[in-house]
Amino acid sequence: MTAGATTHLTVVLLLILLIGTAITIARMRDLWAAVMLTGIYSFLGASWMLLLDAPDVAFTEAAVGAGIATFLMLGTLALTSRRAKAPQGRSLAPLAVVIVTGAALVYGTFDMPHYGDLQAPAHQHVAPEYLSDGVPHVQGGPSKVGVPNVVTAILASYRGYDTLGETVVIFTAGIGVLLLMRRPSDREVKQ
Amino acid sequence: MRQQTILRIVAKLLIPYILLFALYVQFHGDFGPGGGFQAGVIFAAAVILYGLVFGLRAARRVAPPLLMETLAALGVLIFAGTGVASMLHGGNFLDYNALGGSGQQHTRSAEPVAHLHEHSPEGIEERHESHGMLPQGQHLGIMVVELGVGLTVAAIMITIFFAFAGRERVR
Repeated sequence: MTAGATTHLTVVLLLILLIGTAITIARMRDLWAAVMLTGIYSFLGASWMLLLDAPDVAFTEAAVGAGIATFLMLGTLALTSRRAKAPQGRSLAPLAVVIVTGAALVYGTFDMPHYGDLQAPAHQHVAPEYLSDGVPHVQGGPSKVGVPNVVTAILASYRGYDTLGETVVIFTAGIGVLLLMRRPSDREVKQ
Repeated sequence: MRQQTILRIVAKLLIPYILLFALYVQFHGDFGPGGGFQAGVIFAAAVILYGLVFGLRAARRVAPPLLMETLAALGVLIFAGTGVASMLHGGNFLDYNALGGSGQQHTRSAEPVAHLHEHSPEGIEERHESHGMLPQGQHLGIMVVELGVGLTVAAIMITIFFAFAGRERVR
């Protein structure tokens, strides 16, 4: 079996596991186990992203999705209840909404370029510019940004304003959580 | 979790390496995968693991909440301050070329953002002569800005952890 086929098989296996985990979570009433399974879901997602050559996203998914988010949900469970209430009656409307939305999304993917397609618009527009600017040896181009990791160069330099905005958003989110969640007595604990 | 010997030992063994990996992702982000955000969440995850295993009080001693709040603000300040610094050096806001410190660069400072599609070989060669392989300003700016992102993200994640873990059952 070639390396490509093995990767393909692993991706399919991961996707099947992801679907299985998602369905299990949806059917579960025990919230503690459900939270653990969401952690596993994130971890599977991170593995999948790693196979798609997106280690940055995989890092984030593993640390935030499997680590920090799992903890936050466990912390919330400790404050509320461990079991979800049984649903009041059954309705087919939500299922229909999900199926229609899912089908629309899948239909949309038919128009998308294939994964890694060189002719895809995303790879024809500004990407060659970024590559020749950032990586000194590509096309023999001179290095404008001088940072070999193109993702970092784009995020921090070309899209510097966006990243500044994102940092401010994270900061604001933290301030919001502090305002909502901190008890008055925390001041004394600190000192 | 004071009685969980295996958990305590494994956490003790792992946490230094998680922290080290976070620092690697932070300061190697210009060459390898990752950057400030990833480094920040990995760093925060290590502190949160410490807090989960050794207790909230121990985690508060390691990462004092007041210090975390200050660092969160400081990170944003570093990012925005880099922009102001590049303005003071004669460039646009967040234009790292201006940080290079060479007078020749100021004339072409807006290049990477504004004139993405224009190649001007003379200007680029000029920059190459004065700064060797890497344009210093860009590299410096990216490193500083990523440090700001990392600080804010790590500090905010740890702060949120404290906020959640410090709550007691209301009902």
